[in-house]
Amino acid sequence: MMRTVTRLRERGIHAFLFLCALVTIVTTLGIVWVLIEESRQFFARVSAADFFFGSRWAPTSTDEPGFGVLPLVCGTFLVAGGALLVAIPVGLAGAIYLSEYAPLSIRRVLKPTLEVLAGIPSVVYGYFALTFVTPYVLRPLFPNTEIFNAASAAIVVGVMIIPTISSLCDDAFRAVPRSLREGAYAMAATRLEVSTRVVVPAAISGVIAAVLLALARAIGETMAVALAAGMTPKLTLNPFTSIQTLTGYIVQVSLGDTPAGTLGYQSIFAVGITLFLITMTINVIAQRVFSRFREVYE
Amino acid sequence: MVDVVEDQSAASVEAPRMPLFRMPAVRAPSTLPMPSSECVIRAECLSIYYGSFAAVRDVTLEIPSHRVTAIIGPSGCGKSTLLRAMNRMNDFIPNSTSKGKLFYRGQDILRPGHDAVELRRRVGMVFQKPNPFPKSIYKNVAWGASINGYQGNLEELVENALRQAALWDEVKDKLQDSAYDLSGGQQQRLCIARAIALEPEVLLMDEPCSALDPIATARIEDLIDKLKARYTVVLVTHNMQQAARVSERTAFMYMGELIEVNDTTIMFTKPGNKQTQDYITGRFG
Amino acid sequence: MNGHGDLAATLFEPRIERRRRWGRVFELVCTVLSFVGLAFLAVLIGQVLWVGAAWATPKFLTNFPSILEPERAGVKSALWGTMWLMAITTVVGVPIGVAAAVYLEEYAARNRLTRLIHFNILNLAGVPSIIYGILGLAAFVRWLRFDRSVLSGGLILALLVLPVIIIASREALLAVPRTIREAAYALGATRWQTVRSHVLPAALPGIMTGIILAVSRAIGEAAPLITIGALTYVAFVPTGPFDAFTALPIQIYAWSDQPQEEFHHLAAAGIIVLLGILLPMNAVAVVVRARQQRRGAW
Repeated sequence: MMRTVTRLRERGIHAFLFLCALVTIVTTLGIVWVLIEESRQFFARVSAADFFFGSRWAPTSTDEPGFGVLPLVCGTFLVAGGALLVAIPVGLAGAIYLSEYAPLSIRRVLKPTLEVLAGIPSVVYGYFALTFVTPYVLRPLFPNTEIFNAASAAIVVGVMIIPTISSLCDDAFRAVPRSLREGAYAMAATRLEVSTRVVVPAAISGVIAAVLLALARAIGETMAVALAAGMTPKLTLNPFTSIQTLTGYIVQVSLGDTPAGTLGYQSIFAVGITLFLITMTINVIAQRVFSRFREVYE
Repeated sequence: MVDVVEDQSAASVEAPRMPLFRMPAVRAPSTLPMPSSECVIRAECLSIYYGSFAAVRDVTLEIPSHRVTAIIGPSGCGKSTLLRAMNRMNDFIPNSTSKGKLFYRGQDILRPGHDAVELRRRVGMVFQKPNPFPKSIYKNVAWGASINGYQGNLEELVENALRQAALWDEVKDKLQDSAYDLSGGQQQRLCIARAIALEPEVLLMDEPCSALDPIATARIEDLIDKLKARYTVVLVTHNMQQAARVSERTAFMYMGELIEVNDTTIMFTKPGNKQTQDYITGRFG
Repeated sequence: MNGHGDLAATLFEPRIERRRRWGRVFELVCTVLSFVGLAFLAVLIGQVLWVGAAWATPKFLTNFPSILEPERAGVKSALWGTMWLMAITTVVGVPIGVAAAVYLEEYAARNRLTRLIHFNILNLAGVPSIIYGILGLAAFVRWLRFDRSVLSGGLILALLVLPVIIIASREALLAVPRTIREAAYALGATRWQTVRSHVLPAALPGIMTGIILAVSRAIGEAAPLITIGALTYVAFVPTGPFDAFTALPIQIYAWSDQPQEEFHHLAAAGIIVLLGILLPMNAVAVVVRARQQRRGAW
């Protein structure tokens, strides 16, 4: 009798735990379903060609609506690209320093501090970009900078993703076996040569995966960009003017009072599915690169 | 292991009645080594510490040039530590400190100002487990030479080194292939080739065959025998038969101390020290 | 043959001094770059304190935000909203997340379904938070009719941090040595008994770290909440899960977006409050994890 009860209970627990794990699958299915279903209504009224290749974005405008998403995509990549420009040198150098040069005492302090940096919310970075970076850093150097501009967003998003790159690259470098380094040192190489010509090349796919993940994060960044970069969609490469990103647009519409069922409201989902596809693609590629890297060293 | 020798008096020890191995018949009398008058490396009262633990205690040892000197002893006796000191690889171990002197060509290489990078070009090392770079065979051999500013023809250097390492014929058609495609024994010979490519004076070998099968081991032992014509070899091994086959001088270490050093033939037939005798006959270690 | 060493020496020009000099330059550059992140953090916190410290009075915590009278504004509603959200996220997210991790680590067979679930979780971790907002908008606000309530907000945040909790918990479970489980099984324990009495307690520090980091991430999020229609400048406190709400990050965003100087002070003060909650949480989690790693957990 006891055994049956126990067995039933075990089965029940097993089932419950399985259902909890399934929640994640349901979440993904939910995201995909919602995005497809809602943007289907949008694409019933706007052609996909207009959307993906049009260069004017003004979906809520009544007299001259434009449904080309390119300005938003351009703005997103302008900010994300600028962020990588900041984060890759700093993150990579930081990782090399942490794994090849830094004494244990500094490492123990520096690594957790970087993690704290990663924990600061996006709004705080946005506030800082708007109230400090633009007026006191960018404006003095580039007087034509507007109040809202892509550069300040790129800078703070770059700092936001430094910990991502630096910590993943550090893990990648540490995965390179010690025997490889010893072999290089025994060939009368200096530390610089060992770090840059043996360790980094050996860990290169790990580095690439780290950069890709950081890129995806920068693309998905919302609040910092919404505050710092502005709300004017523009197809431009000028970092000192205001632009709008995919994420910024969704925030803008959500803050407004666009009624459900209108084209303006449905545009959120079209933009959302674009954003989702871009980040998902980058993430999947990064995971693939990562697992191949891990295969080599484990 | 049969314990043959009983009833030892501490002084003159008779040869064991049933040797556990055969002295190689390969060595012709005319090549019986005399200690070379030129000694390339000399340790003087050298002690090496990991923190407070003394891995090497007060060792005084001369390495003669153009000979193979083997360092034998049970696990943990300090032989690898001593070897690694000779090209300053112990620098990479956090708590490692030393006392005493270690001379290479008359200069104390343990002196704080001494340039370790230049030393490592002249004193090369081959490690226990083959550790080629994840690059092509060609690049593995050429890399060290090119960062050290080799001015001559790099391709000739690579071919030369691979020939000396008895690997050329096996890889000459696939120099661009990854080094990881080679077998364990081939990889180790590749590591020897890349060390040789720097045209060092001394080759330090830290148990180079311990990760290899017997056939690969035999090939490398042949190689070592040929290498001594051009280089001075210091070989650390836990395989006594290997030391007997390959070296002219043997040093026996135990618990960080140098117990005995002598010509190999003498060491293995009439060791002067009881501990050496016990080790050689397999009483411990 | 004896002159062999000297003959070879002439063919090599090691230029050691020059290589060493480059090495020193490189080390300097790497060290400086490593500390860029820290410097940025210091300037950011410094600026926030400079601008906001005077405004972060106790009254600040008990006043409602008022768009008309910035001097009398406070974060009462936002603070309460954040507390409510934290509670709901924890109550919903932690059990499901830990349960899912337990399932994946202790119960699931190593088959394709499990690998799929794992892969899916890694991807979910990389989905931008605003997409979760879109999902929540459709699923919780409209379909389940929870409307723009703090319940909807909390559920969305729970889904958002679920991957973080699962991944961290799995690592903690993985670190528990097999021998512990084997000993329990050998005594005739069922799987659940083993997990509940031996494995979970042993993995608890790692799981707690993951939970703290997840919740602190949730607290800092604004984008998904804005998408489901969280309000700004609310003059009331939620009294139940179905009430409308606001949250600290949202209020900070709203204040930062205003052009007037006073609102920037308010934003900075709000950030001080937010970081005052977040940084200690992060610090605790990071310290616990670092100490555990150093001790090797066993």
